[in-house]
Amino acid sequence: MKESTSYKVFKVLNVIILLLIVYITLFPFLNVVAQSFSGEAQINAGKVNLIPQGFNLETYETVLTDKTFWNSYKNTVVYTVVATAISMVMTTMFAYALSKKRLAGRKFFTTFAVFTMFFNGGLIPNYILIQSLGFANTMWAIVVPGAISVFNMLIMKSFFENMPEELEEAASIDGSSTYGTLFRIILPLSKPILATMVLFYAVANWNSWFSAFLYLDKKDLFPVTLYLRNLIKGATGGLSTGATSADNLTQIAANIKSVTMVLTVLPIIMVYPFIQKYFVTGIMLGSVKQ
Amino acid sequence: MEQVVDTQAQGAAVASDTKTKNKLSLKVIKKDWQLYSLLVLPMVYLIIFKYVPMAGNIIAFRKFIPGGSIFGEEWVGLHYIQMFIMDAAFWHVFKNTLLISTYTLLFCFPAPIIFALLLNELTSKRFKKFVQTASYLPHFLSVVIVSGMVLQLTAGNGAINSIVHYLTGEKIFFIQEASWFRSIYVGSEMWQGMGWGAILYLAALTNIDQSLYEAAKIDGANRWKQTIHITIPGILPTIITLLILNIGQLMAVGFEKILLLYNPLNYDTSDVISTYLYRIGLESSNFSYATAIGLFEALIGLTLVFSANYLSRKLTNNSLW
Repeated sequence: MKESTSYKVFKVLNVIILLLIVYITLFPFLNVVAQSFSGEAQINAGKVNLIPQGFNLETYETVLTDKTFWNSYKNTVVYTVVATAISMVMTTMFAYALSKKRLAGRKFFTTFAVFTMFFNGGLIPNYILIQSLGFANTMWAIVVPGAISVFNMLIMKSFFENMPEELEEAASIDGSSTYGTLFRIILPLSKPILATMVLFYAVANWNSWFSAFLYLDKKDLFPVTLYLRNLIKGATGGLSTGATSADNLTQIAANIKSVTMVLTVLPIIMVYPFIQKYFVTGIMLGSVKQ
Repeated sequence: MEQVVDTQAQGAAVASDTKTKNKLSLKVIKKDWQLYSLLVLPMVYLIIFKYVPMAGNIIAFRKFIPGGSIFGEEWVGLHYIQMFIMDAAFWHVFKNTLLISTYTLLFCFPAPIIFALLLNELTSKRFKKFVQTASYLPHFLSVVIVSGMVLQLTAGNGAINSIVHYLTGEKIFFIQEASWFRSIYVGSEMWQGMGWGAILYLAALTNIDQSLYEAAKIDGANRWKQTIHITIPGILPTIITLLILNIGQLMAVGFEKILLLYNPLNYDTSDVISTYLYRIGLESSNFSYATAIGLFEALIGLTLVFSANYLSRKLTNNSLW
């Protein structure tokens, strides 16, 4: 089969277009990295694109020796670990129970969960609830309200549903309880979906900032995303106690912002090769059966 | 031995369950309590964190006092509903919301389809993999990072302005000009979502029967004709399903991103229902009024989802429920 000339031209153009897309996709990352190694004056003069100008490591030193930064970073790690753990336990329990055909009221419980995907209480009622539960200015405001993502739960449920039933029947004939079956048979065979879910939740938690913004006033509780948000918005504290070195500047320097952005994204980039594989499987699973 | 018989009976019951459904009763729960115990925490969670706030919307019709009952103190009827219907500012942000979401749909919906089709024409598997891997990356970024990047790129001394300056000798202060906000928002959404959005289309593309292409080639159809007559019809069900899902989500603009990107200078185009009610509710502490607006928005969203789902079932036999 010979290809026509116009198709050959198209193929060359196509490669160029796709390379251009890759360039546009990666440019903002490379630009931020370049700025993080550049001098403030060079950035302000608009000279930094892909190659650092006025190369220096001092900005990194400044940020990395800033206690506030490290404290927020530590908070993010803690929130991510705790929230992911809570989410995994809750989601697994729920998905497993709902995946069992023998569960009476299965349809009701599933609908009860799915309905929350399409209608939620909204910003203000949620805010009032968290306040009246006394969660404000505690870690719980961050790690509890998002404990179950119904979308994730449905993906996991369909994974459990697709496991051969004989496995469990054999176990229950051997006298294994539901807990026993879940822990000794089902979960060890569910490592791919568990890994996917851990990544789903962990990335979402790492990236989240809004609930922290709503419910936390104390700077020493801020996750790094909120710390970064305040740098970007040029916020100068005022909300709370404990002014920090960065807060004394009204206009935060672009190189400081860039370094903070790089350090915040770094863990995501590092797990990206794994994430990519699992997320794609996850979204496919989810689309096969909603 | 007795236990074995018992579980076997249970097994038989399980088998027959597919036909006769278990009724939820104390007896059923007692017998299989371990299974039902798994539901307790998730259900408590859903009730407290999802259904209580839903019920909390009642304060759109009741006076709410901070520190008082989360369901309000006394009925005020449609007071707050009337308030936003009469509020010109509300209709302005309503219009902004519709415009931003329509533009997003118009530009961000076709982009992944075109991207997937272009990827599909690549002969080199490795290059395809490389492009895909790069294109997914933005999807995993926090909205704070994306907004930070947007603000730096569009700044007076940012990369975009270095091109603008080179071409025109002038600079545009993008983020301070209301006329640029929608483009910035839609552009950043496309940047972040195009690669990821292509995944489902790429999967649909691999499911197209390859023999169709062989037959078309014998009939003398060139690649363009093949695309029009085989490829696009092949992914059409996916396109329609996703389009309907997207229409269902029309009201849900990226609230967090707008909150991070907007400023009083571009409110004219950037202020949407969710940011407006955020300011009314949490900055001016007008909880009931903000709740009324939120409820209105949620109801429109719900209506859209249900109509979209209904349409989808009628048109494609493919629906969410």
